[in-house]
Amino acid sequence: MTETRKIVIPGEVIAKGKEYLPGEWTERKDDEIISIRFGILEEFDKLVKIIPISGPYHPRRGNVVVGKVENILLNGWFIDIGVSENSFLSVSEVPKYVNRGELEEVLDIGDIVVAKVSGISKKGVDLTIKSRSLGRLNEGIVIKINSNKVPRVIGKEGSMVNLIKKETGCEIVVGQNGSIWIKGNTIEDELKAKKAILFVAENISIYGLTEEVQKMFDEEKE
Amino acid sequence: MSEIIKINKDRIEEYLSKGKRFDGRKLDDLRDIVVETGISKNAEGSARVKIGKTEVLVGIKMDIATPYPDSPDKGNLMVTAELIPLSSSRFENGPPRINAIELGRVIDRGIRESKFIETEKLCIEEGEKVWNVFIDIYSINDDGNLLDAAGIGAIIALKNAKIPKYDKEKEKVLYGNLSDEKIPLSNEIPIPLTIYKIGGQLIVDPNKDEEDICETRITTSGFNGTIFSMQKGEGGSLKLEQMGEVLDLAKKVREKIFLKIKDYL
Amino acid sequence: MEKEFSRPDGRSPTDMRKIKAKVGIIPNADGSALFSFGDTIAIAAVYGPRKMHPQHQQNPEKGTLRCDYKMISFSVEDRIRPGPNRRSSEISKVTDWALEPVLLLDRYPNSVIDVYINIIQANASTRCAGINAAALALAHAGIPMKNLVSSVSIGKLDKNLVVDVSKEEEDWEEGEGASDIPMSFTSNGELTHIQLDGRIDNEKLQEGIKMAKEACEKIYEVQKKALKDFAKKE
Repeated sequence: MTETRKIVIPGEVIAKGKEYLPGEWTERKDDEIISIRFGILEEFDKLVKIIPISGPYHPRRGNVVVGKVENILLNGWFIDIGVSENSFLSVSEVPKYVNRGELEEVLDIGDIVVAKVSGISKKGVDLTIKSRSLGRLNEGIVIKINSNKVPRVIGKEGSMVNLIKKETGCEIVVGQNGSIWIKGNTIEDELKAKKAILFVAENISIYGLTEEVQKMFDEEKE
Repeated sequence: MSEIIKINKDRIEEYLSKGKRFDGRKLDDLRDIVVETGISKNAEGSARVKIGKTEVLVGIKMDIATPYPDSPDKGNLMVTAELIPLSSSRFENGPPRINAIELGRVIDRGIRESKFIETEKLCIEEGEKVWNVFIDIYSINDDGNLLDAAGIGAIIALKNAKIPKYDKEKEKVLYGNLSDEKIPLSNEIPIPLTIYKIGGQLIVDPNKDEEDICETRITTSGFNGTIFSMQKGEGGSLKLEQMGEVLDLAKKVREKIFLKIKDYL
Repeated sequence: MEKEFSRPDGRSPTDMRKIKAKVGIIPNADGSALFSFGDTIAIAAVYGPRKMHPQHQQNPEKGTLRCDYKMISFSVEDRIRPGPNRRSSEISKVTDWALEPVLLLDRYPNSVIDVYINIIQANASTRCAGINAAALALAHAGIPMKNLVSSVSIGKLDKNLVVDVSKEEEDWEEGEGASDIPMSFTSNGELTHIQLDGRIDNEKLQEGIKMAKEACEKIYEVQKKALKDFAKKE
């Protein structure tokens, strides 16, 4: 039997008493704490917060994101990572030296790239690919899920995504922005991984989700 | 900004060349079709059609007008399509763009040329008063192939429609007061079917990811081997040798569509 | 001798028509919902936050809510010709004002949150159904909100106050005729929208406002259930 976690809506009182602390997506009103998002209530040691199940991606420094090259400028690239602010990758944030006029050889319009958020300012989001695990992604497929579901797709210490990688033999890069790259030995393997990821994304409020996914793979083997 | 992801396009084409699609369908398989009629009570007839996640609403409204001078004893047909921003981030408010205009005209062509509506029977007084039939199409969710969803919605809504009562003395249409009389329709139903070409392969009923990368498309409407209308859309080209394949596939899948929706016709 | 007052469809003065609310009806949208009062059906879709165009309308301090209310051509008996419509423009703005007070948009400078409301079938109280659907769609879309907003119309038919006006009641001709008062409240009882067409004295109006607030509390429970039911399926 799968249980579900407690869902709350904006304006709902989620805790009464001054001993509770308002965490993310909550506000204190006198001695009550109310939710300001539609999501799952989580309480830990008198700290109450909401885990959203929908809504836009909020980039944070250090986030790994998967994006698509939108535009090439003289000194860098605009990358679409699914936010309304500009996301920019400067040539100085690439591990090797890039000559002027050679930018499109490094990253061309339409290329898929995995990058890290190095900073956020009023101008927008700054990205970097100065690390071995970052850079252009070739072949495979990219799927999009709501960014709020990414933690469940990754799982505690990577348990979920590692399970899917093991069962399908695919390389998987999960962007915190909800874009996920999958590359397998066969297209069938890629589609199997895609199906598992979408299953997780559509069932995030269930307890024991990892077991459900394992069951799904076991049933397919038969 | 282009929504197309090149690596996905490569994979879709690679898979198609093996006769397979991402959602497990064969190249000539349709998604599930779900139909509901009478969804808007103030319309003379209406239908809601879902093909996979694509959804359209179609309504029929009628009024009395003077006929066109070159057809004094025939009622009139007007088909309008609106691709509303509610249904996709790619649609904007404002006057219809070419995609909505083309969609309306393509559906219109099928219905008009098939003579599905027996317009001579929509005459109240020759040269003076005829019935106008308005078919209004709205996109509710665009996941590819709005063309066929709209075409199916139009014919089902027409089949479902009843003519309002008309007060001859007061010369007033009594809306909300439907007679038992249905719109006079012939047996030759313009069943729509659009064939899309991707990476050289011909498929039907694409989802949005597939539709985005199609090189060209051909919409036909027909019944029992007769074709009433045809439109090639998007750029791209078709080899002469492929035309035979296109027409055979169209006929085959139109029959599939007919079987799926015949309970509503 | 005075005829006893009764509503055309037999409802008691405080009865609303059958309410239906459903969340997540348009897969492409960031948030979406359907809300109906009897035969009046509204659907709403939210897209955003996304970059605001044209640029000169961008607000560098917070995001902008942009509601767009439209009736589809066959939602009413007399077909509505497609095209700009002043009544729809006004209702769009009034909807903005009804919802904006509960939204927390400082996280989204220079962005717009587009809310598209379409009336599928109209039997009066369409703007109220639209606001209810929009509030659900905004919550579904993950927009931070202090509260939900609920909306209902109060009518005065001759001297009698009624909740949730139908078209037949809108056309009431006896006695003082019909007054139509659509209103919207946040879930902690603050009024964010009120309009009035008709003739009414202060006392009766205040009585009507109280009736609306109570009706909105019931509507809020339906909206809350629709959101929770949707989440349970996820």
